[in-house]
Amino acid sequence: MAGKNKNKAGVGQYFLYAGVTTFAFVTVMIIPFLYGIFLTFTNWNGLASEWDFIGITNYLGVFKDKAFWESMAITVKYVLFVVIFTNLIAFFLAFILTSGIKFENVYRSGFFTPNLLGGIILGFVWRFLFSNVFVYFGNQLGIDMFSSSWLGDPNKAFWTMVIVTVWQLSGYLMIIYIAGFTNIPKSVVEAAKIDGATGLRRIIHIIIPLIVNAFTISVFLSLQRAFMVYDLNLALTDGGPFNSTRMVSMYVYNKAFLAQNYGLGQAEAIVLFIVVAIITTVQVKYSKSKEVEA
Amino acid sequence: MKNKSQIAEKIKTIVMTLILALYIVPFLFVLLNSFKSRTDILTNPIQLPKSISFMNYAEAYEKMNFIKSISNSFMITLASVLIIILFSAMTAYYFVRVKTRFNNFMFILMVTSMIIPFQGIMIPLVTIYGGLGLLNSQATLVFMYLGFGSSLAVFMYHGFIKNIPLELEEAAMIDGATRFRTFLTIVFPLLKPITMTIVTLDVLWIWNDFLLPSLVLMQADMRTLPLSTFYFFDTYTVDYGLLMAGLMLTIIPVLILYLFLQKHIIAGVLQGSIK
Repeated sequence: MAGKNKNKAGVGQYFLYAGVTTFAFVTVMIIPFLYGIFLTFTNWNGLASEWDFIGITNYLGVFKDKAFWESMAITVKYVLFVVIFTNLIAFFLAFILTSGIKFENVYRSGFFTPNLLGGIILGFVWRFLFSNVFVYFGNQLGIDMFSSSWLGDPNKAFWTMVIVTVWQLSGYLMIIYIAGFTNIPKSVVEAAKIDGATGLRRIIHIIIPLIVNAFTISVFLSLQRAFMVYDLNLALTDGGPFNSTRMVSMYVYNKAFLAQNYGLGQAEAIVLFIVVAIITTVQVKYSKSKEVEA
Repeated sequence: MKNKSQIAEKIKTIVMTLILALYIVPFLFVLLNSFKSRTDILTNPIQLPKSISFMNYAEAYEKMNFIKSISNSFMITLASVLIIILFSAMTAYYFVRVKTRFNNFMFILMVTSMIIPFQGIMIPLVTIYGGLGLLNSQATLVFMYLGFGSSLAVFMYHGFIKNIPLELEEAAMIDGATRFRTFLTIVFPLLKPITMTIVTLDVLWIWNDFLLPSLVLMQADMRTLPLSTFYFFDTYTVDYGLLMAGLMLTIIPVLILYLFLQKHIIAGVLQGSIK
């Protein structure tokens, strides 16, 4: 009897403290996620009241959907360049800013600024730059590369996506690398100096191993952010020209909400989720194994 | 030796200032052209405006429905962040202090779910809430932000509360305070540092979010700032002066806030990423 009462009180307590959160979490994350898996086994079009179970036809459809894999390929290429350049630049900025420089805070705040604004705003800012300002410079100064808008050229449009993302994200990751540098014990660096390790050798053998943690986080964040890019894609290039910059998020969105193919669209969303989950898990496991204690 | 390090210092400053210019100049071009007419922009986008005219601003302000959109953004962000903070702190506190198998299961479920990207859920989410007739409502949007934001917030509060000694609460409870009262008066104030971090992350996320509100809010007068900026650009595609003024209107409030809060924002982002 006492046990039963205690149990009842426990349930009441649970609702008092965690009830609202649990309800929101389950109805916004868990149920849609499970329902999404269910959707992939149907041929529902989002409107009709009738639909059929069609087994794994949608998943087979994903593998046959050439345009999806083209978008995936563009996205992977984009992710690769973004992750490499963003981390290199962020590392470089953090290295200089922690090596003793006047007005360190001004630089730090300045580099971070683009991260306060959303991809829609930044996309429009850069669309204006690429299609007007750069073209003007190109024509006036006779620089062929800029004489026509990069956004109208399928090869160059891809690079506008990379450039703007790197420009934005490097200021974000810089913050993480700065924290990494600041946590390196001064004594270790001094000892290396006394032992005669200079410049580049000091960076490669002493500093990098000690901030692997910052690499783990930064590479993870840049992987995730780049794979899921949507807002910037929409505002800057809108996937064009000729779908040359249509990243996989935009592809999935269009498949479901424009082409009204919910089952296939959701199957593709799940394939995307699995690809990203595998890549980030492998990355985090790998770089964690490289971490050392100071 | 001293000379050498002075030169190095100079070079560093020059290089960093040049890079900083790359981060600032894009916004200056927008500012510059926001005062100009469309033809002036097309003939020369780098020329200074002949005169400072706020015509574009007045027009953009009206056509973007600026006051309506910014207050929508403000209310949605404020409401979402408040409920995420309150309910997540309570939940995390309960999960730390009352260790049942179910609580543990819910906590692990929440942490695990953080790997699911929004794109993995958006299609069924719209289907379900659309089917129930719950879309096109700001309240639904706020509720969804609680659903999407609570996992990370509970996780961060959980880590923080674990390190708060139980003795503090025991003293209060001996004095006759209920557990809930103890939480509100003793524990919650102690959570301030982590609360600041969560507030920073969530404000940046919700204020700038585009995809979720674009799926939930259909009516024009419900739009948040990113949405109305998007539709504004969609409508006035080549009216550059007007568009640039509209962009400035959305950027300026954020920059003003940043001037005052930059230390807190950067600290918040850092704490949030490390955890």
